[in-house]
Amino acid sequence: MEKRVRFRSRWLPWALLAPQLAIIGVFFFWPASQALLQSLQQQDPFGMSTEWVGLENFRVLFADESYLESFQTTAVFSLLVAGFGIAISLLLAVFADRVARGAMFYKTLLIWPYAVAPAVAGVLWVFMFSPGVGVVAWALREVGWDWNHLLDAREAMALIVMAAVWKQISYNFLFFLAGLQSIPKSLIEAAAIDGAGPWRRFWSVQFPMLSPTTFFLLVINIVYAFFDTFAIVDAATQGGPGKATAILVYKVYYDGFKALDLGGSAAQSVVLMVIVIALTVVQFRFVEKKVQY
Amino acid sequence: MVERRPSLAVLAHLVLALGVAIVAFPIYLTFVASTHTAQEIVQAPMPLLPGPHLVENYTAALTGTGEGAGSNAPVGRMMMVSLVSALVITFGKIAISLLSAFAVVYFRFPLRELCFWAIFVTLMLPVEVRIGPTYKVVSDLGMLNSYAGLTVPLIASATATFLFRQFFLTVPDELVEAARIDGAGPMRFFRDVLLPLSKTSIAALFVIQFIYGWNQYLWPLLVTTSEDMYPVVIGIKRMIAGGDAAVGWNLVMATAILAMLPPAIVVVLMQKWFVKGLVDTEK
Amino acid sequence: MATLEIRDVRKSFGKAAVVHGVSICVEKGEFVVIVGPSGCGKSTLLRMVAGLEEVTGGEIVIGGRVVNDLEPKDRDIAMVFQNYALYPHMRVYDNMAYGLKIRGMSREEIDGRVREAARILELEALLDRKPRQLSGGQRQRVAMGRAIVRHPKVFLFDEPLSNLDAKLRVQMRLELQKLHRRLGVTSLYVTHDQVEAMTLGQRIIVMNAGRAEQIGTPREIYDRPQTTFVAGFIGSPPMNLIAGRLSADGAELQAEGEAVRLPVPVASLAGREVLLGVRPEQLRAGGGQLRVGVEMAEALGADHLVHCSLGTQPLVLRTAEDLAPAAGGSITLGFDAGAVHWFDPATTRRIDAG
Repeated sequence: MEKRVRFRSRWLPWALLAPQLAIIGVFFFWPASQALLQSLQQQDPFGMSTEWVGLENFRVLFADESYLESFQTTAVFSLLVAGFGIAISLLLAVFADRVARGAMFYKTLLIWPYAVAPAVAGVLWVFMFSPGVGVVAWALREVGWDWNHLLDAREAMALIVMAAVWKQISYNFLFFLAGLQSIPKSLIEAAAIDGAGPWRRFWSVQFPMLSPTTFFLLVINIVYAFFDTFAIVDAATQGGPGKATAILVYKVYYDGFKALDLGGSAAQSVVLMVIVIALTVVQFRFVEKKVQY
Repeated sequence: MVERRPSLAVLAHLVLALGVAIVAFPIYLTFVASTHTAQEIVQAPMPLLPGPHLVENYTAALTGTGEGAGSNAPVGRMMMVSLVSALVITFGKIAISLLSAFAVVYFRFPLRELCFWAIFVTLMLPVEVRIGPTYKVVSDLGMLNSYAGLTVPLIASATATFLFRQFFLTVPDELVEAARIDGAGPMRFFRDVLLPLSKTSIAALFVIQFIYGWNQYLWPLLVTTSEDMYPVVIGIKRMIAGGDAAVGWNLVMATAILAMLPPAIVVVLMQKWFVKGLVDTEK
Repeated sequence: MATLEIRDVRKSFGKAAVVHGVSICVEKGEFVVIVGPSGCGKSTLLRMVAGLEEVTGGEIVIGGRVVNDLEPKDRDIAMVFQNYALYPHMRVYDNMAYGLKIRGMSREEIDGRVREAARILELEALLDRKPRQLSGGQRQRVAMGRAIVRHPKVFLFDEPLSNLDAKLRVQMRLELQKLHRRLGVTSLYVTHDQVEAMTLGQRIIVMNAGRAEQIGTPREIYDRPQTTFVAGFIGSPPMNLIAGRLSADGAELQAEGEAVRLPVPVASLAGREVLLGVRPEQLRAGGGQLRVGVEMAEALGADHLVHCSLGTQPLVLRTAEDLAPAAGGSITLGFDAGAVHWFDPATTRRIDAG
């Protein structure tokens, strides 16, 4: 963290930092503190008066069925997204690593979804699965499965999970591939000489060596599932049917901007902040430590 | 690989091909849909091969002359909004972050630690977490429905600063010392030595930030209410608002393809730097 | 007026004192080497002269001006780094021209100086290359070129040859000597290699733990080391030091029951606890003055190093003859009066006796 060499100047560093500090001051710290403040207040619907209610908003929040449900929905959603996202990309990465020469080719083809906007991904998948129009929905009906994510909560969840995972595959794949390619060949060769076949080798050498990467991606994917998927939800299911796919971040938006419950929405924002901070701290503490071997 | 196991190699290629197929399928479908008329698509199953209406559809989408039940805003305009905001966010963030990282790494001044942590904290809180009050600030500053409102609040986060800082820490100390002896002041050193050495990081960040900016959804949703300031990702969602059958799916898909093009082009062009930069520096 | 004066310069990092009061005057055109083991403070001292470290106490005077508060660029110095510190993205030409460009020199003058330095260092063919296309030795020459074009008052070298392989190091050493003879710029050179110090330095500062143990010409340092540290540091293999007590008549050193007969009695040290120093190359086999057990002999080709022991104290003899004594055998050794050095075991300082 420390550099031995420094420049000496009284005012220059401040001048250099000024733009960033100004922007984060106005658009980050000020609103964040406002959110904290608002979460401790309640405004009447006409915005005429605000009264201090302390932790009341939080108490109401955690007693609210739909909020707790949203928590559960989000938990389920992120575990599914992280789980499938990691498993599938790991599989692809392992095979891509194996075909060393073709790796470049597959890499080029597989990183596309990174460029696709979550909103667009949502639209694409909703198009494919749309009960009326979608090709896949039609194919499913042909085999007897009456797909309708507008009515069935589980199918709605499946839809957003698929869209979210589809988008994340490339990101995870890149990291896993890089991780695999950085494992010293000598380790694998030693295992082979010891008599371990490819399956064995994977579980006893490659997978353990990938654990920092896996952990890192786990955290990243969970954060992704929490926040970057807003657009997918808004495009595909708008939180429905009912509130079946209203993940936490969607609820914050809905309550704040559609239902106009400012205090509650602010409280939800604060809860989200705490969760993200916890996740980031975990990531930096553990990942940074483990990454050195 | 260590032994020759042709069956495994075959399996590997199969799985990978399958992976590529799954990844590519939605996009392929989208492209096909964008070349037919709305009626052809709506009668399930839609055809799986491209049709003859490519030019028609894309023109209609770009100029906003479609007939779907959802929004029919001209996609051309929306692409422009997306492009401008993505570029502003990208350049803005990179420029500001370079300066901040430089200040934090190469200078000693009181409160330096505090400034660093203040910036670092912003990494942890994406805009989705502070939408309410940030919206209010933007609104109070009269920045709704403007490029400024779309871009400036998003320049606040510190990903780029952090990345540049990590990179600067790897630049050998002797280079700075040699530059000092040569007579270069800090800004000179920054311009003549540090910047050229940072090219790879800058390129990687360019890709990441451009895609980030282009794909922004929640924030533009809040700060823009007039059609001519919608970025294309918002526009596309609004096009499907009218209920399945009435939506002009062919145009929606044409718009989707258009929306995917610029980021894809950027990724493909900068692929080499991008992948290297992403993996090296994020770790 | 000396070109460079270091007056009682001290350096502390917080409470830890790293350099304790070093003073030296370097005359115009003189080549002074600071030598010492890792961590002795030699690089810190150099960096203080350069202006890259703050001076905690004392003064640095260059060309008659106290420069303590001046930035490196204003001190009229140039530095050659151990890791070359070449700007990787600039061509060799631009690397050398950079400092001049900043000073606002005209393009013609810059060109003139760069080409002149390139000629002296035989870099003309490499001017358009980037550093990564050069070998270690070539990079080092470019680093020197960058220093030369500045025509500074003082050259500073920070272990410039340490990163080169052994053979290249010998070659570059000779080139440095030629360069100095040609350009005659006052130079301060830091190294941990005592061979470089002895061959390059017109004067040497031997440093240990932040102190200058001795300052003198190579001859002086070799012939009259002032402390046991200097005695052991310069010369390879290091000087043998035998601990013992002088007999009452000053003719014999008694060390753990073994006796060393002195070539000439030293009355002034009679009865004292002393350290007797004698260099391996100045011991003779068969001299009859002391008897040692032979542990092992190393054949180096032209010389042989015979490792012996006097009681429990190890000794090394360097001789051209192939003694072929069996390990475990014993031989006698002899030495001249002029080869004897005396040191006080408590202070480690030299005793001048007779």
